[in-house]
Amino acid sequence: MGVPENNAVGFPGQIHETAGGGIVLSKLDDVINWARSNSLWPLTFATSCCGIEMMAVASAKYDFSRFGFEVARASPRQADVIIIAGTIVNKMAPVLKRLYDQMADPKYVIAMGACAISGGPFFYNTYSVVKGADHVIPVDVYIPGCPPRPEALLHALISLQEKIKSGMTREQMKELP
Amino acid sequence: MVEEIGKTVEGDLVINVGPQHPATHGVLHLVIILNGETIKKVEPHLGYIHRSIEKMCESLSYRQFIYSTSRMDYLSAHINNHACALCVEKGLQIEIPERAQVIRVLMDELTRIASHELWWGAMAMDLGAFTPFFHAFRERETINDIMEETCGARLTMNYMVPGGVMADLHPNFQSRVKNFLQLYKSKIHEYDELVTGNIIFQNRMKGVGYISPEDVISYGVTGPAGRGSGVSCDVRKLYPYEIYSKLEFDEILETAGDSFARYMVRLREMQQSIRIVEQLIDNIPEGDYQAKTKAVLKLPKGEFYQRVETARGELGVYIVSEGGTTPYRIKFRSPGFSNLSALDHMTRGEKLGDLVASMGTLDLVIPDIDR
Amino acid sequence: MTNEELKITLTELLPSAVFEDGGEWLNLNVEAADWKASALNLRKLESSPFNFMFCLTCIDWKTHLTMVYHLRSTTTLDNIVVKAKLDRDNPEIETVSDIWRTAEMLEREVYDLFGVQFLNHPDLRRLLLTDDWVGYPLRKDYEDPINMIKL
Repeated sequence: MGVPENNAVGFPGQIHETAGGGIVLSKLDDVINWARSNSLWPLTFATSCCGIEMMAVASAKYDFSRFGFEVARASPRQADVIIIAGTIVNKMAPVLKRLYDQMADPKYVIAMGACAISGGPFFYNTYSVVKGADHVIPVDVYIPGCPPRPEALLHALISLQEKIKSGMTREQMKELP
Repeated sequence: MVEEIGKTVEGDLVINVGPQHPATHGVLHLVIILNGETIKKVEPHLGYIHRSIEKMCESLSYRQFIYSTSRMDYLSAHINNHACALCVEKGLQIEIPERAQVIRVLMDELTRIASHELWWGAMAMDLGAFTPFFHAFRERETINDIMEETCGARLTMNYMVPGGVMADLHPNFQSRVKNFLQLYKSKIHEYDELVTGNIIFQNRMKGVGYISPEDVISYGVTGPAGRGSGVSCDVRKLYPYEIYSKLEFDEILETAGDSFARYMVRLREMQQSIRIVEQLIDNIPEGDYQAKTKAVLKLPKGEFYQRVETARGELGVYIVSEGGTTPYRIKFRSPGFSNLSALDHMTRGEKLGDLVASMGTLDLVIPDIDR
Repeated sequence: MTNEELKITLTELLPSAVFEDGGEWLNLNVEAADWKASALNLRKLESSPFNFMFCLTCIDWKTHLTMVYHLRSTTTLDNIVVKAKLDRDNPEIETVSDIWRTAEMLEREVYDLFGVQFLNHPDLRRLLLTDDWVGYPLRKDYEDPINMIKL
């Protein structure tokens, strides 16, 4: 289609071509992304101190069930997002990889705390700490802090929601030509 | 004497309660050999959070290594820092002003209440009740707010330094603590009504996970887990430090030795901590909050050991010094390590569901065990 | 009992022990070969049986290793420290896990991090590190260029 022959704007009005599909398809993508971002189910995964702040976010004062995250599943097959709260050490890294592989697409990862970002306070002179969880699995959102405040974790969850609403999942990006 | 390692016979089931499990203890891997639903042997596999803190502290100075101990047993972070500061002061042989001592004991007891609150909420959640979790966190958040105003952080506050405390108390501290005491006293009856008197809860805890007093001493179990069997092991009473010898509080002992006894010990300990806070909150002496120390600390050649009572048991800090600015060897005697070694003995012959109750009353924090 | 009274009692009990001065508690050095017999004697001492072992560790002095055992008595609240010197190339000592049950896991940890062999231990294997780890990290000559980033 294109702009009609006569310049007067008649029925059905001006039509603009959109790249990557028509108007109807991208609206459906928006609806799906909105639904995905508002009901992310986290996996209960807490190795050390940041886990306590994650539990504080789950409790009544800094409630995260207002955003849809309340249903924390224990099994990775039923979870959407894994919040890595705590240090990852050499013995735990294969376990983390196995948990990530068991999760179904689309899945997201949040690295909470300085230890999960880069090894944190245990960076120098340690023989058993993995210096950052992104050596093991790909990470979407990083939260600095030791431990980060509960409000920082809420900010990160909202940023993850915006990231989901604005783009494609990792697998969709892999299939692009 | 020492039994043989449990060999599996035909028909046994070996299951993993894996490193990632929804109970809130951390990353503990248990390999359980079952015959039907009866436990034959429980074998803990550790090391999933072994962060090599002891090796790391050999290259940190005496003021720097304290931050890593608050990440070991993060629920009693103040008490861990207190132990390290006391050990360094023992080596330097300096006197701490009385105001600093009172502030330290106040912070310790508030931390003990917060730790027992989280234990209570998490244990009720393990046994299937979700509501007490929110009640427990309501009180814990009040304490966290008090800590944040004075110390600057909610969970890992490095407030104790060799010589005293890092900064003076906030002017609002006294009134906030008094409001907290009033709130707590009006809510303490809820804990007994919701959980303790519940018939399902009592049936799941009475007679489960029995350990005799001789085994408590042999396995080195300390803290509320040892006091539940009648063994007197409170470091605040036996080897008093700071101003504990001048305070009036009871050591809670129960004789039943099962999970319900350990549970009652911790509930009553929360009330004793409130008693200590009430004695101190109106009598904080004036003075310095930190003794004068040099900027770079050097301990003389020798070995120093200091023990304190954390919410889990007896923590020991053992420093071997060669006279330099960094310690030659540090060893942390962690209470959870010895408590965990008694788990196998406690749960032989019981059902799998009882293992959760026993583990809950032992109150394990895994980074404290693995260091 | 004070340190002097303990010293008198223990000199009768363990004639071959060497006492060190200084320190908060009484320190004794025993031979590694005599350790099991001395431990049984300490556990069964009438006046103050040392039935609670609260710390078991090892220190790496660069020429030799030293095992350190902290014991206390629950009846009289006395504390002592027993040390045993070990050869660096072949560190071996008898286990005491049948006398104090807490030593079972503590000795596994020392084997894992220092490489000390405990004779007659029921289950000596690595505890905190992965099973295929090479080397003993807490020794002073441990080098690990891949994992350890020096400050």
